[in-house]
Amino acid sequence: MIRRKPIATGSDWSFEVLEAYEQELVRLADEYRLDTYPNQIEIITTEQMMDAYASVGMPVGYHHWSFGKQFLAVEQAYRRGQMGLAYELVINSDPCIAYLMEENTLMMQVLVMAHACYGHNSFFKGNYLFRTWTDASSIIDYLVFARKYVAECEERHGVTAVEQLLDACHALQNYGVDRYKRPSPISAEEEMRRQKEREEHLQAQVNTLWRTIPGPVASDTLAADQDEEDPLGLHGGERYPPEPQENLLYFIEKNAPLLAPWQREVVRIVRKLAQYFYPQRQTQVMNEGWASFWHYTLMNRLFDEGLVDEGFMLEFLQSHTAVVNQPPFDSAYFSGINPYALGFAIFSDIKRMCEAPTEEDREWFPDTAGGDWIEAVHFAMRNFKDESFIQQYLSPKVIRDLKLFMVVDDDQEEMLEVAAIHDDRGYRRIREALATQYALAVREPNIQVYSADIRGDRSLTLRHVQDSRRPLARSVYPVMRHLHQLWGFPVRLESTMDDDTVARRYQWPLPEEESRSH
Amino acid sequence: MTYFIDRRANAKHKSAVNRQRFLDRYRTHIKRSVEEAVNRRSITDMERGEKVSIPTRDISEPVFQHGPGGKRTIVAPGNKEFVEGDRLRRPGGGGGGGGAGEGGASNQGEGMDEFAFTLSREEFLDFVFDGLELPHLERKALVDLDEVRPVRAGVSKEGVPARINIVRSMREAYARRIAMRAPIRRALREAREALAEEEHKDPVLRNPSRIAELKAEIERLEKRLEAVPFIDTYDLRYNNLINQPQPSSKAVMFCVMDVSGSMTQGHKDIAKRFFLLLYLFLERNYEKVELVFVRHHTAAKEVDEEEFFYSRETGGTIVSSALTLVDEIIAKRYPPGQWNLYVAQASDGDNWDDDSVNCRELLMKSLMPRLQYFTYVEITPHAHQALWEEYETVAAEFPDRFAMRQIVEAGDIYPVFRDLFRRRTAT
Repeated sequence: MIRRKPIATGSDWSFEVLEAYEQELVRLADEYRLDTYPNQIEIITTEQMMDAYASVGMPVGYHHWSFGKQFLAVEQAYRRGQMGLAYELVINSDPCIAYLMEENTLMMQVLVMAHACYGHNSFFKGNYLFRTWTDASSIIDYLVFARKYVAECEERHGVTAVEQLLDACHALQNYGVDRYKRPSPISAEEEMRRQKEREEHLQAQVNTLWRTIPGPVASDTLAADQDEEDPLGLHGGERYPPEPQENLLYFIEKNAPLLAPWQREVVRIVRKLAQYFYPQRQTQVMNEGWASFWHYTLMNRLFDEGLVDEGFMLEFLQSHTAVVNQPPFDSAYFSGINPYALGFAIFSDIKRMCEAPTEEDREWFPDTAGGDWIEAVHFAMRNFKDESFIQQYLSPKVIRDLKLFMVVDDDQEEMLEVAAIHDDRGYRRIREALATQYALAVREPNIQVYSADIRGDRSLTLRHVQDSRRPLARSVYPVMRHLHQLWGFPVRLESTMDDDTVARRYQWPLPEEESRSH
Repeated sequence: MTYFIDRRANAKHKSAVNRQRFLDRYRTHIKRSVEEAVNRRSITDMERGEKVSIPTRDISEPVFQHGPGGKRTIVAPGNKEFVEGDRLRRPGGGGGGGGAGEGGASNQGEGMDEFAFTLSREEFLDFVFDGLELPHLERKALVDLDEVRPVRAGVSKEGVPARINIVRSMREAYARRIAMRAPIRRALREAREALAEEEHKDPVLRNPSRIAELKAEIERLEKRLEAVPFIDTYDLRYNNLINQPQPSSKAVMFCVMDVSGSMTQGHKDIAKRFFLLLYLFLERNYEKVELVFVRHHTAAKEVDEEEFFYSRETGGTIVSSALTLVDEIIAKRYPPGQWNLYVAQASDGDNWDDDSVNCRELLMKSLMPRLQYFTYVEITPHAHQALWEEYETVAAEFPDRFAMRQIVEAGDIYPVFRDLFRRRTAT
């Protein structure tokens, strides 16, 4: 039995005590090779936490009613006691900003520091998606730039005009990302310096694209397909864009015929911010799992070294258990798979299979089993996103522990079918299915810009490729309306099946209006 | 590297702008809720915020989403008895299919089709009184002078310890110390110089008695220097407060209600709300609003609020009795030079036939010249009687200050109220 010399006891905290624990956490984190940005830990009140929540954690943001709505929702839920405020919020920036609420107990503050300042922070710095897609050192500056720019636009063009533009952009913000191209990192200085230049350049580009007299049509295409309605082949040129574009907002920013330069700039701001949040949407399980794994490890080390007392540890375990609890599907508390639970289980399992590999592990994970666990978890953290992480590391043991099973819901069948359970035949299929469930392409409909009719009625056509015959929800109409506001001319959407046949067409303005005008 | 920052003192309400934007955007929805609330609520809880619900579909932020249908694969935890190949009935509603993992669980609670939030009391009342203006809101001349407010007015030499102005006091003390010590210091310096000169002389030439004298002098001066007090009573300065009469506006509102047998509880409820709205409205415009409740059947009586609203009477109706009583009370307690006078009367329109003429006389001659405003609501679905007709002539005489409306059911109150106090555009 080691002699306990806790740094502090009881549930009250002070800055000195927090700093002392911080010192210990740094030491342990170093030992575990956790590489982090500097930490900026801010102590805030409940009210401020609700503010932070409402703006998706961004410390500064432009004004928009939807953030106000978010705030009201948080406030209402909090007042009714439906929701404890999350006791931490951490921002992917350099330095990494973490918020601690003043009414947290001492244990909670230490837990949050371990979780956010060492868990999330090292994830932000290490994971390849964050490294590729976000520039932690410039995000705050960029947010300040965005806020100023939007405020200026509001002054110059009126709050309503800006609000409607933002509404339209927000509706499309999940489609404001190049998924496969590496983006240029955002930088506020650069943005401001180049903004003027860009406005002019952009407008020139748009003008060229939409000039009223089209350039000569290549003669070979003219000869190739003769069309009775269009014998001269005036409409027969190359489709524009030649390849489908997945980044709708980018396409609009560069090609929408009627947008004013400041409107293009606002589209760009929304797009850039969407890009900043893009990695977070894809690494929820990993990120939370990683942070939970480390707060668990670090807190246990503090206890082993006698730096905290038993009361502290009991309180911690209770809280930790609640966080990583996974209610079964038939429980009243079930609301999908808990990313904390799944991520924590997988990271813990990687450690387990390094330290005490079984036959099964050696067969399933020959490269990992029996290795250095610190190296193994770091490798996993750095090189994957949720989809590939689950595909790679979800082991039979975790499937058994969580008793995962797979159900196929096909609207052409009368009954649901249990397709796989946690047995030898099911492991791989469950792993596959769960990984797919986290693929962004499956979670969000795959919609791309298919063509812009630059020679004809200037209409824009999008294509939706149905995933397993799943149609679009009714929200497609309001989104099309927003898209129409940005584009300025009719917009169409074709929902296609796997075999490229069009299953359903949508358009805005709605056809009856159109037929009336004819 | 880590640093801690204490942000607790920083501004709260960072979301205030966004909150306001939201409220502005859904003005029409919120107004509808507020109007319903005004009609529904009982009097005692008008003074609080209101929960407002807006259908979620009206405020949704649409994005492209998967709709129901097609083929979905769901992985869920907690399998107990299923084995591969089991077939299950679709859980109720079809297409829901366990609901696992789809699009992330809503953090606003599941399955809510109403977006609910709470307006603060201020916001609520702002919506209630949106666009309304109190008629003839003239500030009466400086009201009785006992209504005064203490105002800072420089510093004075007298005051109570609680109001000591420390900076000024210490400055005074410092100046005094310099002034009082300067001559002593000068004498001391001269004495020391003399002593040094004396001691510097050749021992033969020294004058021992002179040295002793100088030493005694130095000692005496040093004592005097020390005796100069650090702070003295006449250094003290106090923040001076004087009482300044405040131009304030006070209003008194007379609630006059018929409680004769013909007024049912339903009528009274409607009247209640009408009075309440007027009261809330006055309260926001005047610093001080007093209420006087006058109820009447064949005789009028001044009562307290409880009795006014909740006790029952039977009998006939003589309206003029109430108006006479109001007139007396004004004469006795509320000189029109100091008070803004408002009368709100609610009745079902019944009156003794002969009495209506008296009412008109009373109003025209005595009351109207002194009142800011007189409102009359008649709560009846039936045809008007003599009282209404007589009042119409009054209204014609004082079109700016006399308003009358008919109310049939509770829902009419708010529009009537708005109508009565509509912001008057300059004509």
